[in-house]
Amino acid sequence: MLSKKEKDLIKEIWERLTPVAAEIGADALLRMFASYPGTKTYFSHLDISPNSSHLLSHGKKIVLAIAEGAQDISQLTVTLAPLQTLHAYQLRVDPRNFKLLSHSMLVSLACYLGDEFTPVAHAAMDKYLSAFAAVLAEKYR
Amino acid sequence: MVEWTDAERKAIIGLWGKIDVGEIGPQALSRLLIVYPWGQRYFKAFGDLSTNAAIMGNPKVAQHGKTVMGGLENAVKNLDNIKQTYAKLSAMHSEKLHVDPDNFRVLAECISLCVAAKFGPSVFTAEFGPSVFTAEVQEAWQKFLSVVVSALGRQYH
Repeated sequence: MLSKKEKDLIKEIWERLTPVAAEIGADALLRMFASYPGTKTYFSHLDISPNSSHLLSHGKKIVLAIAEGAQDISQLTVTLAPLQTLHAYQLRVDPRNFKLLSHSMLVSLACYLGDEFTPVAHAAMDKYLSAFAAVLAEKYR
Repeated sequence: MVEWTDAERKAIIGLWGKIDVGEIGPQALSRLLIVYPWGQRYFKAFGDLSTNAAIMGNPKVAQHGKTVMGGLENAVKNLDNIKQTYAKLSAMHSEKLHVDPDNFRVLAECISLCVAAKFGPSVFTAEFGPSVFTAEVQEAWQKFLSVVVSALGRQYH
């Protein structure tokens, strides 16, 4: 459960990250590919080498979607409806991978925010990303 | 037998050399108790864990964090024999402490995040010089921790 304070904190952090969405997203993806090589199987059609334009644009897409959801967390199911359909019927990414990307995203956030990645921010982010992943997987079955 | 590349060994030992056990240990354990509060079930004897401030200021949490983190020293020194090195600790966590082994994985994640917060920032700002916690170092470090986690759960039955 997310408190109002946590929702505000999450919204504020993702707003701040929006200008560096491509960098954060690409960093998270790179970390995920390095630590969990099985995740690369979903990207055989893209160039996912460090600093590739594919990596940056894909990372940006992901971060912007997460940031958009953070604007109004209570409306996550509505906001994510198109992405739910995409992931369930087209991409069919095994939802267990969402956890791997979430962890990689938290590492990128920790790297970017340093001291500001306080235990409170960490807890709020972890809860938000779990909720995001759960909603994203809702149409799978 | 776990296979370590030279690069992985170098990354693990290099990163371990930079880590202050007295700093990262308490941070990681505090985060586990704050982010995953059900973990507090194992620490009823530690006193006040009722608020984040209480957890972060709790000397028993700090001491225990230091102990756990310090225990990784044995793993770093015995990279090719981690399973055996942790056999006794594993049995103890199962038979005496009755800790759900999933907590080892969760604590490992918290440790990685504390390390990232400490050593990661320069990934994004060139002025701090070359970053320590790159994707490659993270991979080696997380592989190391997952071997330790596996060894700690090995003796459960």
